[in-house]
Order: sequence, then C-alpha cells, then structure tokens
Amino acid sequence: MADTLLPVANPVVGTGDSARRRASLGVALICVALLAAVPFAASALGDTFYVRVVTRMMIFAIMAISLDLVLGFGGMVCFGHAMFVGAAAYVVGIFVFHASSGEPLTIAGVAFQGSTNALVIWPVAIATSALLALVFGAIALRTSGLYFIMITLAFAQMLYFVAASASGYGGIDGLTLDKAPTLGPLDTGDRQQFYWVVLAALAAAYLLCRRIVESRFGLVLRASRSNPTRLSAVGVSPYRYRLAAFVIAGALAGLAGVLLASSQSFVSPADMSWSRSGELIVMVVLGGMATLYGPIFGAFFYLAAEFALGHLTEHWQLVMGPLVIVVVLFGKGGLAGLWSAVRRGETP
Amino acid sequence: MSRSLLQVQGLVKTFGGIKATDDLHLDIKEGELHALIGPNGAGKTTLIAQLAGMLEPTSGRILFDGEDVTRLDCVQRVRRGIARSFQITSLWPTLSLVENVVIALQARTEGHAFRFWERARDVASLRDPALQLLERVGLRAKAHRPTQTLSHGEQRQLELAVTLGTGPRLLLLDEPMAGMGIEDSQRMVTLLRELRAHYTILLIEHDMDAVFSLADRISVLVYGHCVATGTPDAIRTDAQVRAAYLGEEV
Repeated sequence: MADTLLPVANPVVGTGDSARRRASLGVALICVALLAAVPFAASALGDTFYVRVVTRMMIFAIMAISLDLVLGFGGMVCFGHAMFVGAAAYVVGIFVFHASSGEPLTIAGVAFQGSTNALVIWPVAIATSALLALVFGAIALRTSGLYFIMITLAFAQMLYFVAASASGYGGIDGLTLDKAPTLGPLDTGDRQQFYWVVLAALAAAYLLCRRIVESRFGLVLRASRSNPTRLSAVGVSPYRYRLAAFVIAGALAGLAGVLLASSQSFVSPADMSWSRSGELIVMVVLGGMATLYGPIFGAFFYLAAEFALGHLTEHWQLVMGPLVIVVVLFGKGGLAGLWSAVRRGETP
Repeated sequence: MSRSLLQVQGLVKTFGGIKATDDLHLDIKEGELHALIGPNGAGKTTLIAQLAGMLEPTSGRILFDGEDVTRLDCVQRVRRGIARSFQITSLWPTLSLVENVVIALQARTEGHAFRFWERARDVASLRDPALQLLERVGLRAKAHRPTQTLSHGEQRQLELAVTLGTGPRLLLLDEPMAGMGIEDSQRMVTLLRELRAHYTILLIEHDMDAVFSLADRISVLVYGHCVATGTPDAIRTDAQVRAAYLGEEV
C-alpha cells in the first residue's frame, strides 16, 4: 500500500485543537507578511532580481501543493505532474505566439488569432490541464502502485515529445513569449505587479486545498490512501474520488503553468520533462507529505538550495542529493515533520 | 421460522487445485444470528469475502432478499445492505474514531461525498449519528482521538461501529473477538446480544462459548463444505460434527 511506500508526517488534519489552529494561523500570517515584504525590501536594496527568484519559488510551491493533493493525501504517486504545468504553459505560449506574430493558426477552416488577454488565456490553459488530467487520470487510475508511477511517466513523456517535435512552436528550443499577457488592469510583464498576482494565487491555492482536504471529499480521499479495501467495504468506490482529486490537482498545476510561462517569458519542453516531475516529488517529500504547508517549504528550500549551491558549483546536486536522503531518512515527515517535532518540544 | 434473507446455492471457489469453497449451500433466515464454525482453513473467511463481493466465486449463486447478487461488486452489495467486518482490524488509523464512522455513514445517507467546501467535522447530520454509533459500542468518550491510539479490543469495537455505519440488513462478522482478552470478549458478547435484536447476523467465531450462547443456528464448515446446520443443541450432539471438528478440541 502507498502508506508503506513513503513516510507521512502528520496527516491528522483539523482535530479541533483550537489553540494549535490559532498558532498555525499565526505562522501562516507571518509567512504571508514576509513574502509581502520581499518587493519592498528588494526595491529598497535596489536589486529586483530577488523578486524574480521568489516569484519562481512561489510558482513551484503551487505545483508542489497540487502534487501533495494527489501524492500526499490521495496516495497516488504521480510521476508526470509537470505535464499539467507544461501543457498550460504551452497554451499560454501558443496564444501569445499567434497574437504577436500575426499569423493565425487555421484548423478546419477556422482561423485562430491568439490573444494576449490573460482573462481569456488563463482559463483556457487551466481547463486544458484539467481535461488532460481527466483523460489521463481516467486511464492511469485503473492501475496502482508502481504501474501508476510508470503510466503517469509515460503520459508525461508522450506530451514532452509532442512539444519537442512541434517545430512551429520552437520544438526542443521552446517558445519565447514576445508579449506579456495583460490581466485586466495588470501587466504580467511588470515584475512587481506580477509578484502580487503570484502571491495571491499561492494563497488562494493553499486555502482551497486546505478546505478540500478537510471536507467530506477530502476525508474520503484520505481514507482511500490508507485503506482503499475498507472504503469499498463501506460502500464507497475510491476511483471517482481519486479521479476528482487528480483533476483538481491538474487544474492547480495548470495555474502554476500559466504563471510559470509569464515569469519566464518562455516555455519549453523542459517545463514538462520527467526530471521536473521528479523534482516536484522531491519538493513534496522533502517538505512533508500530506501537510500542504510542508511542500511550500519544500519548494522554497529546494530552489533556494539550487540557487545558493548553484553559485558555488554546477554539480550542486552532489550536495542536494545527500541532503534529501538525510531529511527523508532521519527527519521522518520531511521539513514539516521536523517543524512539528520542534513545536512539540521534542528532538526529532 | 421467517423467510430467507441470504441464500447460498452450490457455491464453489477454487484456487488452482484447492477447493476453498466446495458446493456450499447455506440459508440465513431474516432476523437470526447464524454462526459459522469450522477448523482453521475451512474456508470461512473466503466465504465471507465472496458474500461481501470482494472475491468472485468460481460457480454457484448468492441470493440476497431474493435477488441474485453473485455478479454485483462490493460497493453495490453494501448499497443493498450487506456489510462485513474484518478478521484483521481494517480501519483508518490516522483518522479519528468519529471520522472513521462518518466515512461509512455518508455513503449511505447521500450516496456520495462530492462536497468540497464544508468541513467534514462541521456536518452535524453526519457527526451526531456517528457519535450515537460510537455510544452504542462504548467508545463515545474517545470519539475525537486518532484511531491508532486505541487498544486492540477498542479497535475491534470500532470495526463493528464502522460496519454498522453502512446501515446494513445483514452483518457478516469475521471473528469480532479475534485476539481479545476475556474482559473485552465479554463486552463484545454483550454487544452482539444487543445487536441480534436489530440485525440479521452471520457470525464467524472461534470462541465456542460465545457461539453456542449467541447463535440461533450454527453451520459447520469443513474443507469448504457445509457438513451440518442446526440449533446449538443439535450441533453439539451431531456425531459428524464431533468427529470432524469438535473432536479435535475436546
């Protein structure tokens, strides 16, 4: 069973301990305040580069949260999660490409002009990811365990090669966004404005997932992870709930994808490569599965380590690899597990 | 006696060359507590799995309330009112007791749980009946603890509460007293005695004192075949049963 496959930090959500809930809320507010301070600190220092770094971290945090929904709470080890990110990013890229190049895409006599309006592009992109998740999930969820890992990997690779061979859209070299989409009055090309959009998206994604895992749907989803047989024995078929979770996670990964496309002004097959999917799993496990906040820390930590160590040596993964092993072996439950151990006043 | 609730006709289940269930016939009357006994490996749990729809029989038919349910899956049978408990405690250890019961309850009351926003613990229409069920099995005081903190005996009681949560007409109880101490066993016997007034029960149990004091009728299973069915008194004096089963222990 998935339980024994990977360690879980502290999957009991909302046991009604109000003091603990208030403390958690306090920590969450501090984190949001810190993130909100970044643009001001950066402009005070005159170095807006860090705005871009933290933007990227937050986007990866959204990916990690969405993966946590299926991997941590649903016990579905999806090894192709980057495909939902990449698919949405490509939708953004294709819309902008046709709008800025002026060459319409003609399918069956209908000319598609593209668009640079995020209010049009983003919903389409997110819906594309959700639809992909629905179709692939419907097939992949007929399997479990190792087969599920392999089939999600296979789907992601399929999509990767479709993108890599789409020579009209840059093929393996990827596609540069010549114009930044506008989101109502906001310009996503403006780093400061875009930062707030991403911060809002991260907060919304977190709160949404928090409600979902504590809802009746979430209860059944968590139950399907630890004991699917018992779930059937009380008259609940796990399949539909897993699929619904998979689609929600796909849509959220799509949200991260549209943000990623704008933050990079560029999309490429690398955004949906299998190594990216693997990194997302590392972020979730490193941060602490089935906690939602853990994967956020995991994403920040991973990218910060990549950034800091990457300055020292291009072989930074030589350091990162053992670090991940240490955290997973000794800090059971990842960073979130360490954190709750510290809060309980224990040595981990 | 009243009409049949569950009829098993010529049931066969083979695993390779082994016949785990061998031309089994069984007739459970509405309202009775029917015990199933037999030596280890007689195919009792295999039978429960087939009745619950978790294992497909090789041949034969299972009728529930007159309807052929042989090809229905586990979820569909629960909807019709067949619920099983597990010999090896099968719960959600990281969830609280009340959450364990709520999962079973919501499948019955609404048929689905596609509610994404309202917090599960705030739904009074589920929480209150769940607490009542916990009260019934004597676990009300621990309702909000994680299930993994319970003792073995308490987990067996919760196993029963979860099974009852599905709103069954027929309870398939697979060794509810497995691994229990004397005190816990006595509590379970008392509980089962209360339940038999409300449910039709098929009980597998190794504790012979419990079986003979609780059962209306007993069937004896040997090598997947039912060798005798009768009242406790009739079974106690049945020569074939003594030879095949009780003889080994007496």
